[in-house]
Amino acid sequence: MAAVSGLVRRPLEQVTVREAINQGMDEELERDEKVFLLGEEVAQYDGAYKVSRGLWKKYGDKRIIDTPISEMGFAGIAVGAAMAGLRPICEFMTFNFSMQAIDQVINSAAKTYYMSGGLQPVPIVFRGPNGASAGVAAQHSQCFAAWYGHCPGLKVVSPWNSEDAKGLIKSAIRDNNPVVVLENELMYGVPFEFSSEAQSKDFLVPIGKAKIERQGTHITVVSHSRPVGHCLEAATVLSKEGIECEVINMRTIRPMDIETIEASVVKTNHLVTVEGGWPQFGVGAEICARIMEGPAFNFLDAPAVRVTGADVPMPYAKILEDNSVPQVKDIIFAIKKTLNI
Amino acid sequence: MKKMLAAAVSRVLGGGAQKPASRVLVASCNYSNDATFEIKKCDLHRLEEGPPVTAVLTREDGLQYYRMMQTVRRMELKADQLYKQKFIRGFCHLCDGQEACYVGLKAGANPSDHAITAYRAHGLCYAYGLSVQSILAELTGRRGGCAKGKGGSMHMYGRNFYGGNGIVGAQGQIFEAYNMAALWKLPCIFICENNRYGMGTAIERASASTDYYKRVNFIPGLRVDGMDVLCVREATKFAADYCRSGKGPIVMELQTYRYHGHSMSDPGISYRTREEIQNIRSKSDPIMLLKDKMLNNKLSSIEELKEIDVGVRKEIDDAAQFATTDPEPPLEELGHHVYNNNLPFEVRGTNQWIKFKSIS
Repeated sequence: MAAVSGLVRRPLEQVTVREAINQGMDEELERDEKVFLLGEEVAQYDGAYKVSRGLWKKYGDKRIIDTPISEMGFAGIAVGAAMAGLRPICEFMTFNFSMQAIDQVINSAAKTYYMSGGLQPVPIVFRGPNGASAGVAAQHSQCFAAWYGHCPGLKVVSPWNSEDAKGLIKSAIRDNNPVVVLENELMYGVPFEFSSEAQSKDFLVPIGKAKIERQGTHITVVSHSRPVGHCLEAATVLSKEGIECEVINMRTIRPMDIETIEASVVKTNHLVTVEGGWPQFGVGAEICARIMEGPAFNFLDAPAVRVTGADVPMPYAKILEDNSVPQVKDIIFAIKKTLNI
Repeated sequence: MKKMLAAAVSRVLGGGAQKPASRVLVASCNYSNDATFEIKKCDLHRLEEGPPVTAVLTREDGLQYYRMMQTVRRMELKADQLYKQKFIRGFCHLCDGQEACYVGLKAGANPSDHAITAYRAHGLCYAYGLSVQSILAELTGRRGGCAKGKGGSMHMYGRNFYGGNGIVGAQGQIFEAYNMAALWKLPCIFICENNRYGMGTAIERASASTDYYKRVNFIPGLRVDGMDVLCVREATKFAADYCRSGKGPIVMELQTYRYHGHSMSDPGISYRTREEIQNIRSKSDPIMLLKDKMLNNKLSSIEELKEIDVGVRKEIDDAAQFATTDPEPPLEELGHHVYNNNLPFEVRGTNQWIKFKSIS
C-alpha cells in the first residue's frame, strides 16, 4: 500500500509566496489551537498585503485578531501570551514599524529564556515584510536582517521562494524560541513551483540550514531573500561566458549556516555576498568575518566582495532608488572583479 | 446669426471672458464686506468656556479660504490621477475631504507657529507655504520637488514645518508627549484629525473610547466640526490663545472625513459604504459649505467663484506639467545630505568600487 502511494505524485503546482505563507499559517492554526495571529488589518481586511486572506473567516475573532495601531502595545501583549503558553504570530505591517516595538522583541522575547536560567521560553513568531519595496522611501525601506541577526536569543529567517516561505513559517511557529521571519513585499506575488513534498501539511524547512540553489565551480555567491533571484539571473548570464556560479540561498540569518558557505568556498576559492541591507555591520560583513576565522580562508584566491544596498537612507526618486539597491549588473560586476575578469 | 446666438448664450451662462466691463462693475458693488455666521458649539473637556459660537467672515478671507481649499482639493485629485498614471510611486495618502482642517488651522494660527504631522500631509504642506508645484514635483520624484525628489509623499518639510512622517505608533508615544507637555506647560496644540478610520479599521474597533478630545484627564480638549473652516479657525484661535497664555497644552479633535481610502492601494470601500461617502459629499463637503455661506450672504457670486476655480485648475495643471517634465535628481547627488555641517566624504554604493560624493 505504502509503496503504491509513494509512486503517485501530485503534479507540480504554481504557488505564490503570499499563498505559501497563507498555507503555512493555515496549516499550523489548524494543527495547534494555541497558535493565533495578531496585527493591524490581519483579520477583517484580510491583511494589508492579503497574506492572511481568508483566515479570519475560517478561524474567527479568537484566533485572528485585529489590533489598534500600537506596535509596542500589541507586541508586548503577544510576548506575554507566549510566556503564558500560547503560540502567537505577531505581524508587523512592515518591519520598519517593528522599531516601535523593538524593546519587546529584544528585551522581552529574545533575552528572557537566558535571563531566567532556562525557566521561561517565549515561543513567538514576529513576521512581516522587510527591506526595500518600490518607491516607499526612507522610512519604509529598511532591511532589519543585520539588526535582528545581531541578537543572541533570537532566530532570524529570510525566505526567498514559496517553499522557503511555507517551510520556514511552519518551522518558526513550531519552534519554541522567538523567531523573526523577514518576508519581502515584492516577492509576495511571485509564483514558484511547489514540489509534492511542499504540498504536504508537515513540510518543514529547517531553521539554520542554507540551500544550494545552483551548483557551480568558479565562485560562491551567497544571498538571502529577493536578491537570491537576482543572483540566479546573474549566474545564468555568466554561464554563457563560461563562468559557473554556485548560488547559495541562506534561508536563515541566525543561526547562520556558515558550514555550507565554507564548504562551497573551499571548492570554488571565491566569494561574493549579496544583500539588500546597508553595508556597514551587515550580513555580508558577518559572512566575511566568519570565513576569515574558519578553514575556508586559506582557500580564498581573492578577497571576498560584498554587494549591498547603498549607504544612504533610501531615496524616493526612481533613478536614485534604482542605484541604491543591488541590481543584477552589480552582482555580475562584483563576480567578475573577484575573478579578476 | 450663429455668432449672435453664441454670445447671448454665453452671457446668460455667465461665461468668463465675454463679460462686458459694465456688468462686472455692477456685480462687485453688490457684494457685502463681511457676514456673521453661527458656528457649531465645540464640545469641551476640562474647559469652562470654549471658542465663540459666531464667526465673522470677511469677503477677502472667504475668497482666500475658498481658493486654498479648492487648491488642496484639486491638487489631491491630480495626485490621484498621476498615481494611476504611475508618475507617483510607493505610498500616497490623500486628504480630499479634510481641506477645512488645514485651511482653518492656518487661518487661526500664526505664521511663526511650528507644526508636525503624519503621512497624510499634502494639505498641511500647502497650508504651510509649500507650492503646489513643489509638492507635485516631490510626489513625482523630480529635482524641483520640495525635498529634491529624495523624500516622496510622506517626507515633505518647510519653514516651521517638520513633515510628513511615515511611522505612526499611535497610543504610547502620544501619552508620553501629553504627560511631558502638561508637566512642563508646553504651548502645544495636539490635533487629532478624526476621520473615523485608522487605515481599514473603524475607530470603534480600535479605540476603547472615541472621545479623543477627552482622552487626557489633565489636558483640556475641544471637539470641533472639522468640515467647517470657520469652526476650525475659531477653535484654533482659541486653542492658540490658551497655549500662548501659559496655561499649557490643549487637545483639539477635528471631526472630519477623507473621501479616498487610507492610501492609493486601498479602495476604501471594503470597510465603509459608498452611501456613507456620498452622504458626506452631499451634506458636509467643506468647500460646498463655504461656497453656500458666501453665496447666500452675498460675499461672492457664482461667476467669481467659477473664476477662482478656473485659476486653480490652471495652477494645478501647470504644476502637474512641471512635475511630469522636470528631470529626476542627478545620480551624482545620491550621496548628498547624509550629514549636516560636515566635511565632504564618500558614500559607498552597491559595491566597494561605486562611490558617491556626500556633501552637506
